[in-house]
Order: sequence, then structure tokens, then C-alpha cells
Amino acid sequence: MPMKTIRQALNEALAQEMRRDPRVVVIGEDVAGGAGTPGQRDAYGGVLGVTKGLIGEFGPERVIDTPITESAIMGAAAGAAATGLRPVAELMFSDFFGVCFDQIYNQAAKFRYMFGGKATTPLVIRTMIGAGRSAAAQHSQSPYHVFTSVPGLKCVIPSNAYDAKGLLIQAIRDDDPVIFCEHKLMYDLRAEVPDEAYTIPFGEANVVRDGEDVTIVALARMVHYAAEAAEALAKEGIDCELIDPRTTSPLDTDTILDSVARTGRLVVVDEGTPRCGVAADIAALVAEHAFAALRAPIRRVTAPHTPVPFAPSLEKLYIPSVGSIAQAVHDTYGYGR
Amino acid sequence: MQLNRDDLIQAYRTMATIRRFEERVQDEFSKGAIPGFVHLYAGQEASAVGVCSHLGDGDVIASTHRGHGHSIAKGCDVTGMMLELFGRQGGLCGGKGGSMHIADLDRGMLGANGIVGGGPPLVVGAALTAKTLGRKTVAVAFTGDGASNQGTTFEALNLAVVLQLPAIFVFENNQYGEGTGAAYAVGSRDIAGRARGFGLPAVKVDGDDFFAVHEAAREAIERARAGGGPSALEVETCRFYGHHSGDAQLYRAKDETRRLREEHDCLKHFRRRVQEAGLLDPPELDTADADVAALIERAIAAAQAAPPPDPAALMTDVYLSY
Repeated sequence: MPMKTIRQALNEALAQEMRRDPRVVVIGEDVAGGAGTPGQRDAYGGVLGVTKGLIGEFGPERVIDTPITESAIMGAAAGAAATGLRPVAELMFSDFFGVCFDQIYNQAAKFRYMFGGKATTPLVIRTMIGAGRSAAAQHSQSPYHVFTSVPGLKCVIPSNAYDAKGLLIQAIRDDDPVIFCEHKLMYDLRAEVPDEAYTIPFGEANVVRDGEDVTIVALARMVHYAAEAAEALAKEGIDCELIDPRTTSPLDTDTILDSVARTGRLVVVDEGTPRCGVAADIAALVAEHAFAALRAPIRRVTAPHTPVPFAPSLEKLYIPSVGSIAQAVHDTYGYGR
Repeated sequence: MQLNRDDLIQAYRTMATIRRFEERVQDEFSKGAIPGFVHLYAGQEASAVGVCSHLGDGDVIASTHRGHGHSIAKGCDVTGMMLELFGRQGGLCGGKGGSMHIADLDRGMLGANGIVGGGPPLVVGAALTAKTLGRKTVAVAFTGDGASNQGTTFEALNLAVVLQLPAIFVFENNQYGEGTGAAYAVGSRDIAGRARGFGLPAVKVDGDDFFAVHEAAREAIERARAGGGPSALEVETCRFYGHHSGDAQLYRAKDETRRLREEHDCLKHFRRRVQEAGLLDPPELDTADADVAALIERAIAAAQAAPPPDPAALMTDVYLSY
């Protein structure tokens, strides 16, 4: 099977869905780029190149460059979705939800319920998350916990190229609004990705690694850190099960609870902040529904309750590390022994 | 477009329906029969009807918190609306939306909106759908002087121009954003001029005059349908009630509401115009008033008799699949 990067997988998913369904349009800032300039069209193809080449095949009517105008992009995508298009809107950095959240949170997410089940809003919002490039406090956050908390939104956080393609196609075919989070440091990560279109259902976790001693739940880039930690811990005789939920809304609670029922120990790894975050949510879920199975306190490994710092040295401390994950596993594994 | 007798009687009937609807909602709200908040449209009817007379079910509108008039003008079922306001089964949104979220996508009504400035970006999207799929439809954002100060509105105006979309922005300037005067809050005091600054053709029209609104809307909507891009209207109008029903309206001048009802009633204006021109006779208009009054009473009776939503409705329709 061909090896592809997450960037290639996403681009292929978009192109295949646009070929399949003329209602699918891409809209956002510099999704092609070069509009109104003396230079090249498709100058960017998305700020990190995910939508490159689409305008050549589908034209400016379906690959729509906008001004820098996040509220209008999100609102236009929501209004278009409710009236017959299937837009894939780009919110360049997830941090920018701060300037446009009304159109997502009060409008798109609530149409169906508030209109008595009569609205359908097949909207995908692709957005970048993640620290690690010294992009500092307003371009490095992972606010998927906010999206996850909103009834009416679905939230997808792929960790590899295979999942990225299947989940994006599922998102485009899904009839509810979906926030699709892409980690900015992972676009060049390669995996085997089929050429043909395929879908991965939402709410089905991927068990990355089977194990009997400790359950680790991790998202996005943290899946790779946790896998590295688990590899090292295996050499010490600690057998970790690693679960990548892939979607936080809906969340595959069964896979997590079944795993904890066997291991009795849980470590949740999340690049987001700790208060009211995804790690807190999963910890609460397990405490509520698997209390009897727990043999040690649940451990969360998250970013600290701070903005994302700029200096590389500080940012490295901010992001959970392989070491901090391993330490948390040791703590819970050693508890009561 | 020349209005024939049927058009005129239909326009009057729709304006009268809105007026009667709002007057009776005010009564019922005052008695405690309607939960929550209602923001009444009485006084502004010529705007909704003057614009929506040009629209079909395939055209889309988005409205505001003051949305009953737009809904009726766009063809929403009056009984379904009343059931919704009462929070009952059979309401247009199953009792889950209420006054501020009345919607009916089958009629091209993309919702009243609890967020000031919430609608204009959505209308850009509806217009994008029309353009992308090659439909000859338009999308209209009813919005107000209050929303003319919101950033979402500015962004929507600009994007509609950039993408040359079949969108019309109708700014109903009823002189108040809640309890603050437009004379204070709209810095330039010129909403049409503001829209022109974004590159839209924009005109100011007298909202007392159905015919003026109808004509200005015709021009804007025809332009949009012909691929000529977006336009804006500033309709100078007034509301007869407060921001919401129950508002003490301490910000009003003494006798202001009485004066507005006497001098700026768009229904009275319409009656006078059609009678002076010999187009419709008073008995025809009176018959329409009586029909409308009976229609609204039936709607209220239906709402009073209807059961509340099934408790199971709490959990349904958050998602299509989850």
C-alpha cells in the first residue's frame, strides 16, 4: 500500500469527495491564495499546503478564497450547509475560534435542535491545533475540549494519515457539523493510505497497542509520545494498552471502560490544558462508570494551566513528554505495590 | 412591477396578519400564557411584506430576535408559529425553539436569531448556495440598526461583495437598539451610507410606505437574481412596543408611542394610499381585517389546547447520527 503524509491524505480525501459530490466546496483564507495579486494563483494552497492543487481541478467557484474574515467564513459555511451545499471551511488556526465562535456555537451547532429537527447542517470545519513550533500563545493551542463540550458539534482529532483520510471523508459525508482538528506538526507524518476513498466511523476508538497492566488514552500527537513511552515501559515489563479515541464527540466510551475493567489503571494524555479538558472528561467518565475496577488513582498528563509560551525551552516544558507519560504510568503501576 | 388588486389585498392581509398576531401575542404574554421573551414587530410590517412580496419558497431569509413579522411575510404557518410561542407540541420547531428561533426551512425561513448580527453571515452562505448550484434564488438578511454596529455584519457585507453573491441586506432602522438610540449608537447615523462604503448599492426608504419599500426591494432583488450582486436597504421604521414585551420603555419621549401610532402607522398609510387611488375599498380591507382576526383567534385557541412537548423530545435532534 502506498505511503502518504497526512497532508497528502487530507488533500486526496478532499479531491475525491469534491469529484464525487458537486455540493462539496472548500472555503477559507488562502485555500488557494494569490487572488487579486500579480503573482501566481494557488500560491499557498492552504497555509500548510493541504488544499494545494484543488483550485486547478475544481476552479474558484468551489475552492473559494476569502478575505481574512473568520466570522463570515464560518457563518457562510453554516448558512450554505443549511441550504444545500456541503462546505469544508478552513479555520486556519483553531485559536481563531475566538473571533468567530458565535457562528459555530450559537448558529451551526444549534440549528437542528432549535428548529425542531428540520435543519440539516453538513458542515466540516478543518482547523489546526498544537504547540511545538514556537508559534506562541495565539497560534499553538489545542482547544478541542471547547468543541467537544458543545452539543450539536462533532469533534475529530486524527493521529495518523490513514485515519486522517478516512475520518475526513466520513466528516464530509456526515450530516452534522464536524470540527476536524489537524496537528500542525504532523502533516509530514507518513502511513500506509489506500488510494481509494474509505470512511472510518465516528465514535470508534483505535486500539493502537494491546496491554494488560495500564490503559493509556491519548490524542493526536500524544498518541505517538504515548506509543514511545509504552515501548520503553514494555522493556521494563509494564504492559500498556494504548487507545486513540480519534473522535472526542462522539467518544467511544465502551472501549475505554472495557480496557480499564481489565487493567484497573488509567493514564490520560492530552496536549490541551487540564481544567475542564478532554483528559478531565475521560477521567470523570472512568471514575463514574469503572470505579470498582480501579486499582490506582487516575493520572492525567496534560499541558499546564497556562497560555502556550514562546521560548522553545519553555514550550518544551509545556508539552507533555515521553518522560512525563512514562512517569505517570510508573506512578499508577506502582501504586499500592 | 405593477401591483394588481390581488397583490394589494394580499399585501394588506399579510401586514394585518402580522399586526394582529403581535397585538394578540402582547395580550397573551401579559396574561402569562407565553413563556420567555417576545420582541414584537408591530409598526414595521411594511418592511417585511414589502420585501418578501418578491420572494418565493426557494428564496431564503434570515431574521432577528424580532422575527414574527418576517416569518409571517415569508409564509410560515401562523398556527404553527403560535404553538411555538406557547411552547407546545406541533409548534413550528416542536416547541424547542420559541419566539427567538422560529424557523421553517421549507418556506426558506432560516430562523429568527437570538444573536444580534447572527443572521447576515448565514445569509451570505445561503446566497453562496444559490450561486454555486446555479439556482436563480436570492437570500435576504433582515437585520437592524443594532446589528449594523456588529462586526459580523461588516464581514458579511464585505464577503457578499467580494464573492458577488445574490444577497440583500435589509437594515430595519427602528431607531432603538434595546434602550439605546440609533442616533447615539450608529456613529455615522447613516446605515445605507455605511453599506455603500462596503461597495454595495444601498438606498434609504421610508418604512411607513409599503410601496416605497416594495419598489426599492424589487430593484435590489431583481439585480441579485440577474447576477448583479448584493444590495442593501435601510428602512426607516418604528416599533410600537418596547424592545421586548414588558419593557417599561423609559427611554421613549412622552407620548412617543401614541404619536408613532398616529403618524407612522404603515397599515394606515397603506389604507389611505389604496383608497385615494381608488384601488381597494374600505369594506374589502375591513373584511381582510375580520378574516385575519379570526385566523389569529383560531391559532391562539389551538395553542391553548395543545399539549406541551413529549418529554422524550428533550433528547432528540441534537444530531442526525451520534
